[in-house]
Amino acid sequence: MLTEKTGGIKSLLFGGLVTFLRICLFKVIATGPIPEHIAFIMDGNRRYAKKHNFAEGSGHKAGYSSLVSMLGHCYELGVKYVTVYAFSIDNFKRRPDIVKFLMDLMLEKIELLLGEEGLVNQYGLRIYFIGNLKLLSEPVRAAVEKVMKATENNKRAVLLVCMPYTSTDEIVHAVKQSCENKRREIQTPVATKLANGASEGVEVMMELRKLANINLVDVEKHMYMGVAPDPDILIRSSGETRLSNFLLWQTANCPLYSPAALWPELDIRHLVWAVLNFQRSYPYLEKKKQKKISE
Amino acid sequence: MAFSKVMWLPYSYISRIANLVLQRLWHNMHLILNTYYLVVGIACVLESYLISSGLWKEYKAFNSSKVKYLAIVVDSEEAYLTSRIVKLVSWLEALGVKHICLYDAEGVMKKSKEAIVEKLNKVTILEGAAEKDKLVSQNSMTLEFASFSDGKEAVAKAANLLLGTYMKLAELGGDQEEKIFTEPYMAEALKATGCNVIEPDLMLVYGPVRCHHGFPAWRIRYTEIVHMGSLAEMKYGSLIKVIYEFTMVRQNYGK
Repeated sequence: MLTEKTGGIKSLLFGGLVTFLRICLFKVIATGPIPEHIAFIMDGNRRYAKKHNFAEGSGHKAGYSSLVSMLGHCYELGVKYVTVYAFSIDNFKRRPDIVKFLMDLMLEKIELLLGEEGLVNQYGLRIYFIGNLKLLSEPVRAAVEKVMKATENNKRAVLLVCMPYTSTDEIVHAVKQSCENKRREIQTPVATKLANGASEGVEVMMELRKLANINLVDVEKHMYMGVAPDPDILIRSSGETRLSNFLLWQTANCPLYSPAALWPELDIRHLVWAVLNFQRSYPYLEKKKQKKISE
Repeated sequence: MAFSKVMWLPYSYISRIANLVLQRLWHNMHLILNTYYLVVGIACVLESYLISSGLWKEYKAFNSSKVKYLAIVVDSEEAYLTSRIVKLVSWLEALGVKHICLYDAEGVMKKSKEAIVEKLNKVTILEGAAEKDKLVSQNSMTLEFASFSDGKEAVAKAANLLLGTYMKLAELGGDQEEKIFTEPYMAEALKATGCNVIEPDLMLVYGPVRCHHGFPAWRIRYTEIVHMGSLAEMKYGSLIKVIYEFTMVRQNYGK
């Protein structure tokens, strides 16, 4: 009994020491510029399960724990926006039982986020679910809408969960919204002209030509990710060097970092390494940003 | 009042000292990081020499035909180094890579495309849309020149094309207009604006940072992106290593 108590006290002290050291480390790093927005591609959960001879689902569960601790580190460091690639539209091609398992897992974890001990309360998180939400099943979609509504007044930090998402789908959606908007803009003056007796055909076409000009700004304002600034760092775990249809539009000048560790193995040292490299490239990245603003 | 003033003085000294200590520690951290990169840089130079001289047998034989389409992204400030670009393209030709897209955000290479092609043998400039399979079956070398206007701005132009079709279908009635907003239609609209939509298998980034500098988003969904460092310090051995390692990659595509 006594050894149990001393064992408990020892681990408490050790935990306290680790937290203290982590806070000191973050204070040192925060002397330099801290990225405002970090994006993660959480790759390697299945490989992790295979590596440790676990059932396939355990990899994703370990991945969720890793996500929670990584989010905690990011918000502690002072990062305001964190985006995670939770589910790609391509992932629907997986076995139906795996897709169902992932959706059920996400439903369970979404509910947890709002709980007393959840991240939302700890960090004052506003949560966005980014992607083609119409592709989600009804219970998941309802849970997602509930979380977005419940956190809409939080201002301290933001979590963007991309599910189900692909960049190409986002671009098509933005183009569609721009076209629908333009149609509404065009139809009012044209309808008025027609009502005033203007002949159809030539006049209508001329009117269309004058107004029908979608600009880049129109497309950009309808992107799903328009609720956050472009990411400052993109981290993809498990050493893969491609973006897999994630944030292709938003990462023009965003350093891409591909640590070899699988997602459940990713920890504070990978985050620290990515941020230190960001600080090293900061003068160059700032110059690019200023150039883009002045154009 | 006097008491709080007295307490504030040591506090401000302590906080100033603490800030100085933090800054010193931060500078030390970055000094260690820079030293690490210096050592890595030296190791890369040695490795590149061993590979290009043929002493490293592992890199001697590989099948570069797996690199069907290669993108070279150059930081616009380095894109003025035309002689380096010509050298890089001739290295790639020697390694058997036949179809290359040269991209820089500001279009510096696009403006000097004649000057670049002039210094190379039997290279065709690829303009407009092309089919990857048809291109790959050709034996002659092709060079595509792209810039920022082929990326986001091309999407805006394609949006205008789709808008035209959308408005026409809307006038006909029957709710057919929604059906044109799909990825295949978008790809066709991009091709119709004169853009190439071929997806490179591999992208080599020459510049200070590993980022794609705004390369057309539609084309890099599954492109492997590798950072090669500065164009001014490019090495043949590093190029061989990257292409060799690419030929060993296996992709899951989300499944």
